[in-house]
Amino acid sequence: MSEVFAVGIGQTEVGEHWDRSLRQLGAAAARAALADAGTDRVDALYVGNMLAGDLSGQHHLGPLIAEHAGLLGIEAVAVEAACGSGGAAFRTAFLAVASGHVEAALVVGVEKMTDRPGKEVTQGLVTAADADFESQIGLSFVAINALLMRRYLLEHRVSRDDFAPFIVNAHANAVHNPMAMYRFAVSAAEFSRQAMVADPISVLDSSPVCDGAAAVLLCSRDRARGLGRNAARVRACTVGTDTIALHDRRDPLELAAAVRSSRRAYELAGIQPRDIDLFEAHDAFSIMTALSLEAAGFAERGRGVAFGASGAIAIDGDLPLSTMGGLKARGHPVGATGVYQIAEVLLQLRGEAGQNQVKNATLGMAQNIGGSGATVVTTVLEAVR
Amino acid sequence: MEVPRHWRTQSARYALEGTVCQRCGETSFPPRDLCSRCGSGEVIAKRLSGRGEIYSYSTVFQGPNGFAEYAPYLVALVRLAEGPLVAAQLTDVDPDAVQIGMPVEMVTRRLREDGPKGIVVYGYKFRPPLVAG
Ligand SMILES: [Zn+2]
Repeated sequence: MSEVFAVGIGQTEVGEHWDRSLRQLGAAAARAALADAGTDRVDALYVGNMLAGDLSGQHHLGPLIAEHAGLLGIEAVAVEAACGSGGAAFRTAFLAVASGHVEAALVVGVEKMTDRPGKEVTQGLVTAADADFESQIGLSFVAINALLMRRYLLEHRVSRDDFAPFIVNAHANAVHNPMAMYRFAVSAAEFSRQAMVADPISVLDSSPVCDGAAAVLLCSRDRARGLGRNAARVRACTVGTDTIALHDRRDPLELAAAVRSSRRAYELAGIQPRDIDLFEAHDAFSIMTALSLEAAGFAERGRGVAFGASGAIAIDGDLPLSTMGGLKARGHPVGATGVYQIAEVLLQLRGEAGQNQVKNATLGMAQNIGGSGATVVTTVLEAVR
Repeated sequence: MEVPRHWRTQSARYALEGTVCQRCGETSFPPRDLCSRCGSGEVIAKRLSGRGEIYSYSTVFQGPNGFAEYAPYLVALVRLAEGPLVAAQLTDVDPDAVQIGMPVEMVTRRLREDGPKGIVVYGYKFRPPLVAG
């Protein structure tokens, strides 16, 4: 297996882009990544997307984005794994380059959610769940996460307010991220006062509906030579899965797919959780942040929330978390999120994270979750200096 | 809901019919062709008792297609007496009285109507038992 290097990053600002289409967003991120790497040579394109079929009446994003990014004719396919689509597309590109069949693969995650009214977005998002036995009885995707959070509060004897440090941290970091949707700080008191969207999940517990696209260029060692300002090496990219429905899990409070994919990633990279310098968690809902920290081995079972309150998650803490705002405050353009997370880890490893720079960041990890935990993609990247 | 899908899932929705593995004894709900514990294909249909207790609950304010007009409504994960967890709406209950561990029983109720020409979908919901125990 060949080594794989990340040599280019591109992002569009996350937000409500009523003036830009799905194809324009995807192409803009693609072009930005190629410009960043200083090359036009790409052999394959993998597009991560979840909702274009439901919300834009558009599938078949491989050739669409290739054409509009000036890459007409190359190998190009889309990859879908619900909110884990971006990570899954990255995994596909990683495999392509690692196999030696592709020298340079571009990953683009793109999502366009704001053209449609909220109820259609709600319907789109719930397709990540079990259509026969979750959404058909009236569960929404937010409600599925609320069921998890309510149970967590009881089993682990914590309160809603104890989740505040995750939200405060994400918003504080987003203030300095020019690509973030919510560039404002939030206090614990403000979090505590929020209205419920599906109790115990409040407005500030959930990530916003938005548009955005991010891209990363991966290549072989040979092709990476001379490219990119600072290359980083992909030490591992792994996918774990679990039951599609929350109710079919032996223990709903354990993200077994995250346990599987992170263990495998540590094994492949030959590292321990304590070696990781920063972690981009899938904080679509704050309950997911806690479960992810526990599943990835950063906190004991039931201690994820306490870990958040310990100060460890700050930029100068032991495990800086959501360093550019996370899904919570950078925004969660669902199928693009996994690529944004990886782009942000790369910014940290290259020393280009501005005021949010984690000192001496060498190993960074991103974890992208599809559905309520049925797909989990864990990616470990290492700075090459 | 599409008519064929309605037909395929109706014994589960109307009668809480799951499956029992003939090799390891595992009870599954929803029904499965392959046992989720041992992987055996030797499973037979079994109607579950409909008794259980609330494992977790929440309120839906914005539901998926077909449910908008019913919001807000209570939803729960119910731990059935036979072991499986099931996701369902709660009914005939004071929202302030709902708590984890509360005993509930299955009832068949209208879930949704798909417009004037669509089918009316019935299915399981859970309520506090009318008779204690
Ligand atoms: Zn079995």
